[in-house]
Amino acid sequence: MRDSVQKLIKYGADKVYVYDDAAFEHFRIEPYTAAFYDFIEKVKPSSVMLGATNLGRQLAPRIAARCKAGLTADCTVLKMKDNTDLVQIRPAFGGNIMAQIISTNTRPQFCTVRYKVFSEPMPDSNRTGEIIPMTVEEHKIKSNIEIISYYDKPREVDISEAEVIVALGRGAQSETMRAYAEELAELLGGMVACTRPLAEANIYDAKRQIGLSGRTVKPKFIICLGISGAVQFAAGMKSSDCIVAINSDKNASIFDVAHYAIVGDVNEIVPSLIEKIKEVKADV
Amino acid sequence: MKILVCVKQVPGSNNVEVDPVTGVLKRNGIASKMNPYDLYGIETALSLAEEYGAEVESITMGPPQAKTVIEETVCMGAKKGTVLSDRKFAGADVLATAYTLSQGIKKTGEFDIIICGKQTTDGDTAQVGAEVAEYLGIPNVSNVMSVDAVRGRRVFVTASLDEQIVKMSVKMPCLISVENDINSPRLPSYKRKQTLSEDAVSFLSFDDFDDKNPDHYGLNGSATQVERIFPPEKNTDKTVIDGTAEKQTQALFDVIVSKKLV
Repeated sequence: MRDSVQKLIKYGADKVYVYDDAAFEHFRIEPYTAAFYDFIEKVKPSSVMLGATNLGRQLAPRIAARCKAGLTADCTVLKMKDNTDLVQIRPAFGGNIMAQIISTNTRPQFCTVRYKVFSEPMPDSNRTGEIIPMTVEEHKIKSNIEIISYYDKPREVDISEAEVIVALGRGAQSETMRAYAEELAELLGGMVACTRPLAEANIYDAKRQIGLSGRTVKPKFIICLGISGAVQFAAGMKSSDCIVAINSDKNASIFDVAHYAIVGDVNEIVPSLIEKIKEVKADV
Repeated sequence: MKILVCVKQVPGSNNVEVDPVTGVLKRNGIASKMNPYDLYGIETALSLAEEYGAEVESITMGPPQAKTVIEETVCMGAKKGTVLSDRKFAGADVLATAYTLSQGIKKTGEFDIIICGKQTTDGDTAQVGAEVAEYLGIPNVSNVMSVDAVRGRRVFVTASLDEQIVKMSVKMPCLISVENDINSPRLPSYKRKQTLSEDAVSFLSFDDFDDKNPDHYGLNGSATQVERIFPPEKNTDKTVIDGTAEKQTQALFDVIVSKKLV
């Protein structure tokens, strides 16, 4: 517990409110909701944000309903007005439209925030913060849920952690191109990812799929090869810092999200790019 | 045992567009269908009923046409279902939707297990189930990967919690939201469709509810307001790299160097 509190302070928290009780050892909806609601009643925050994780996405609605307050799911853009209204923007209809949502009449205003749309803050081990112990009445943290057993999910290929991604679409699915992509990813210290058609054709494992039905990624650099750029794909990668797209179709919608647009042939460009990088690496 | 499945009618396609002039969603000509995630909820309920003996019902909120999704649940094997329909329910956000459903559920009967799908394909929020559970004052578990057993007054489930897989038992009455790979939903039965009776679907409206404060429903009962909807933004900061493949490669290489990737 102490470690988690210190971590929150290092990452930027000024005050950390701590509920420490055996009832909170495992996530169970009723005790967690009770503690969170207790905190809201005592501290009265104006906005409450939770990560749009499996845990956050079941806890947030439960507390919001108890507060009879507004809740916006899976936000990708957040802005605060001077009057403390939180402007929340989120995709709907599978990413085909964006909705801008506010809750002017209720407080707190709740939202869950999609993973990887904001940059992770840099921890600062010199930061200090206030630690405030909190308690909630014993009878409020009773649960009708009993944990029987639990185990960690096996660690898997996680493209959402990669800083560099070489992404392949239908226009780059040949065996030769896949080998080039592996080599390029290796040279750039990144991972290979794919679009939904390639995952559905079992060319790559579904864990490597970017998009609404796959993973959301936010690497420093992503190069999209032969990807047309359906909105569902773009929704899973468009907050990447630098997006390069190579596609032979100049009208491909991937160019709408790309920072560097190259209308050209991946089969020509990628091998010669690999050669160039190898030359530089050999010189060093 | 009585099991209730919450379902929703959604647009048949996600390829909706925003009218650039009015900022209104163009829904014209899009057929409706059952929210695909809900099919897993119905299948979960029907399999439990077959194994442990239970009566399965369904509920939805929507316009009168939403009757067809309730009929579909009956054709799959549910005994009957209810449509909560009233002009006063229109324009509801998560809070008002969950409240209306909870009022409707209280009127429909007492259920041991309420089952929801993971989320809908139109709103994509995955929030209504947990809010319904809060209004009903019962425990809920999301991301249920399997229902392992029903013993006594407890349901045994396995759920996915971010980094962990958790096995737990939940006391009934409870609400669970199931993942979309939990089972393979059965198809509606043609025979059941042929014999579908009129009273398989009932309607409840505002006047049937215990809470008759109109400010708790629909747009009035909603805490969030949609300020505007718009198409996803296009990136304006774009450099087009033209020329021969050789020139393009060199320019791309320069970008990679400038990003300190080599």
